[in-house]
Amino acid sequence: MGGALFLLTAAALASGRPPRGFYALFTVITAVLAMVGSALAWGRVTDPARGAYSAIGDAIMVDGFSVFFGIVITVAIALAALLADDYLRREGLDGPELYVLMLLSGTGGLVMAMANDLIVVFLGLETLSIALYVMAGFQLRRLESQESAIKYFVLGSFSSAFLLYGIALVYGATGSTNFSRIADFLADNLLAANGLLLAGFALLLVGLGFKVAAVPFHVWTPDVYQGAPTPVTAFLASASKAAGFAALLRVFLSTFDLYRLDWRPIMWVLAVLTLVVGSFLAVVQTDVKRMLAYSSISHAGFVLVGAEAASDRGLAGALFYLLAYTFMVVGSFGVATLVGRRGDADHSLPAYRGLSQRRPLLALAFTVFLLAQAGVPLTSGFLAKFYVIGAAVEAESYALALIAMISAVVSAFVYLRITVAMYMTVEEGDDAAAALPFVRVPPAAALSLGIALVFTVVVGLVPSPVVDFARDALPVLVSAGP
Amino acid sequence: MEIDFPLLSLLVVAPAVGAVLVALVPKGNDALARALGVGTTLVAAVLSIGVLVAFEGADAGFQLTERYTWIEDFGIAWNLGVDGISLFLVVLTGLLFPVAVIGVRPHHDPRAYLAWLLLLEAGCLGVFVALDLFLFFVMFEIVLVPMYFLIGGWGYGERVYAALKFFLFTMLGSAFMLVGILALAFLHQRATGVLTFDLVTIAEADGAIAQTTARWLFLAFAVAFAVKVPVFPLHTWLPDAHTEAPTAGSVILAGVMLKLGTYGFLRFGLYLFPEAATYFAPLLVTLGVIGIIYGAVVAAMQRDLKRLVAYSSVAHLGFIILGTFAFTTQGLQGGVIQMVNHGISTGALFLLVGMISERRHTREIAKLGGLQKAAPLLAGVFTVVMLSSVGLPGLNGFVGEFLILIGSFPTRRWWTVVATAGVILAALYLLWAYQRVFHGAPEGDNAAMPDMTRRELAVMAPLLAAIVFLGVYPKPVLERIEPAVDRLIAHVEERSDFTQPEVAATGRGEQP
Repeated sequence: MGGALFLLTAAALASGRPPRGFYALFTVITAVLAMVGSALAWGRVTDPARGAYSAIGDAIMVDGFSVFFGIVITVAIALAALLADDYLRREGLDGPELYVLMLLSGTGGLVMAMANDLIVVFLGLETLSIALYVMAGFQLRRLESQESAIKYFVLGSFSSAFLLYGIALVYGATGSTNFSRIADFLADNLLAANGLLLAGFALLLVGLGFKVAAVPFHVWTPDVYQGAPTPVTAFLASASKAAGFAALLRVFLSTFDLYRLDWRPIMWVLAVLTLVVGSFLAVVQTDVKRMLAYSSISHAGFVLVGAEAASDRGLAGALFYLLAYTFMVVGSFGVATLVGRRGDADHSLPAYRGLSQRRPLLALAFTVFLLAQAGVPLTSGFLAKFYVIGAAVEAESYALALIAMISAVVSAFVYLRITVAMYMTVEEGDDAAAALPFVRVPPAAALSLGIALVFTVVVGLVPSPVVDFARDALPVLVSAGP
Repeated sequence: MEIDFPLLSLLVVAPAVGAVLVALVPKGNDALARALGVGTTLVAAVLSIGVLVAFEGADAGFQLTERYTWIEDFGIAWNLGVDGISLFLVVLTGLLFPVAVIGVRPHHDPRAYLAWLLLLEAGCLGVFVALDLFLFFVMFEIVLVPMYFLIGGWGYGERVYAALKFFLFTMLGSAFMLVGILALAFLHQRATGVLTFDLVTIAEADGAIAQTTARWLFLAFAVAFAVKVPVFPLHTWLPDAHTEAPTAGSVILAGVMLKLGTYGFLRFGLYLFPEAATYFAPLLVTLGVIGIIYGAVVAAMQRDLKRLVAYSSVAHLGFIILGTFAFTTQGLQGGVIQMVNHGISTGALFLLVGMISERRHTREIAKLGGLQKAAPLLAGVFTVVMLSSVGLPGLNGFVGEFLILIGSFPTRRWWTVVATAGVILAALYLLWAYQRVFHGAPEGDNAAMPDMTRRELAVMAPLLAAIVFLGVYPKPVLERIEPAVDRLIAHVEERSDFTQPEVAATGRGEQP
């Protein structure tokens, strides 16, 4: 599946001078094909007669879990590509490069989701990240974009080093980098001195925590999210975050499951910090992109709440959350792309003034995305919160559940501030608001937003299919051969 | 009675569909939007009357129940039903919405305004008929969104601040409740092996929840309801929200939405955690009584007429809390009927205040005066409604307050004594306000204030009729409330060491 994506990327590179919008279309088709491939693989892995299987010398694992993330990541690629189409033309940057990078980066994410080996995780992470460094700095003429790329690159390299060191320590402690073999080893042997292994855990958590923007490894997030071209930010917050969580969940909840007593407290602290810092710092922001960046940190906290539960329900909740969040966040940054206008000039709150009158549908869509992020019922966001909080409560992490809900209220304030700007700041006959520039909504972006909107609302009303999907998408540990 | 017609689902879904239709009406065609909006509320009103007709008075259990699986993995179902406690709240909601929609026209953008109102109606009705904890929570939360936009979009003065405060306060309360609901469901699963959010199943499963746990869970629920009611000291959002909301918003907020909290206490607090409810009753009764006195005193000090009515709600809701946690048949009956009464009379008061401020562009008591001369009809209607709110015998407010006081006296004597003083204070602040606004010689603009129009009178007429009818002949209503209330008290008695004093159990004389 990942290979197919790779080949198609190359084909995109080779093609000559195609008509307008070809690249985006091509990216979307590729992503959709990969999605179809995932769906087919889903049928394969959920078939009880065949089940999950590992491939390429046990290095990758095709199970419900990887297929689930395959779908999340390809969805993110498709939606972000639709957003990028018009954006790039608006910025005069049209060309295949960004799409190629996006597909490349997505491939890295898919590899991470399928990895059955720490080394493969690292490979996937690097593929994902290196493409992203370039994407973040894609807007050469904007200083913020350059700053964002450098910052992301330097800090990202650091975190990769942490991850690699962690891998080395885990290898030292268990004698393998393969998930199945590590798990077998840990099940069979009681380590007399497990300091090495625990240090390995910590370093892995740092490396992956950076990718998912968990506090205290989050400091890059607001700057990079703000500086990167907005469609790239959408991609960062959805695909990249999902891939990071794919690795994190598989490593800790499945491979190191036996050591949950050791890592659960750390995860607890991480989750609390992420929730609290993310939601409270979002309150003091004035730039919508930064608000969304901080809120995406607090959403990572919610996924960690599901992970902390260390149960099947927690894992399924985390998966559901990531899928729901992907649509919400791409939608939100999609609106920001449109309102931000040429050169990502203005993402301040006043730019959204009276949007409900200038662009009622766009404002409504944004409102739905924001309310879904706040966790208002009848949206996918509420179900996602309900799911992870349920898992936390089931695991008797009552304090964590309460902290999460209270931080959700704090975040709600942020989202409401944006709706206030859109709906409640313009008095009738206000000339200043009327003078705000017209927001153009190109069809591709509208399609992307529409899909995200429909998903958010429909899953909020009829969540059962997606709930079942997430429930069945648990990672499997299969050892290949004796 | 089991009928095949999904009356309750229709009742909840109809306004939601209406909201979508209104939102889809093309821009500029406000007349069509309005007709659709009014039509939908009338349909819902007819349906709610249908519920009343189909309801069997003597049956204490849930009726007209419907059940469709919603999220199978969590045992969540679209599970609806009414009993004597929720019946009249459903009817109240069904009737108050058309009044609010017909009685008040928005200043701008009627399409969105009507769509939000209809969505609000769907949510409110959903809360009252939900028998699934998850469904209840969804409905309880969803009402925030339309109300937030109504206050923020069509309100007065500090509307944005009021809307935010309202939303965040209530959401914070609900945050505790959500954790409580989940904990309850999972603990129930641990004890019985079945994961369900079904209210009746969980409430009737004895011993699934340990005593101390139940007390904590009760507190989690109580916070959410106490914010919504609001119980002192969580009431601070109320004056702002009520005052800044558009008139229709205030009517619904006071008339229907505050009842979500008191209803929640009855349906969930008492039913799910009977022992914990008796354990915390002294606390809640005390807070209720503080609310009565505090609300009355602060109301008396207000300069803004609308704010005065808002604070009077704090006092009235204190009475309902007192009645609820008295655990006597009469106290609970009084509480339920007082919810309906307060909805009618406070809703009517807000409508009247809205009419005055529409005409005079001010709600400040000091700037009004002598309106009786200019608008005798308005003054007359105001008098009746005000007296109902004060609790004059023969009008509806008296029935509720009297039942609450007589019901709580045997179990909470001294609290009742203090609460009775609140009745006098209510007379004081309302009559004093009336005096300042309507008596005397009108000056300036006050003299030229036009009287009520026929449309306004037509809107007020059903409310006045209800006020008088419930005051003179409340028996048909009380009859239908009583079986459900008795059943609830029996439920509490079975599961706690509380026993209702013989003297308070009027309706249960035949029992041994």
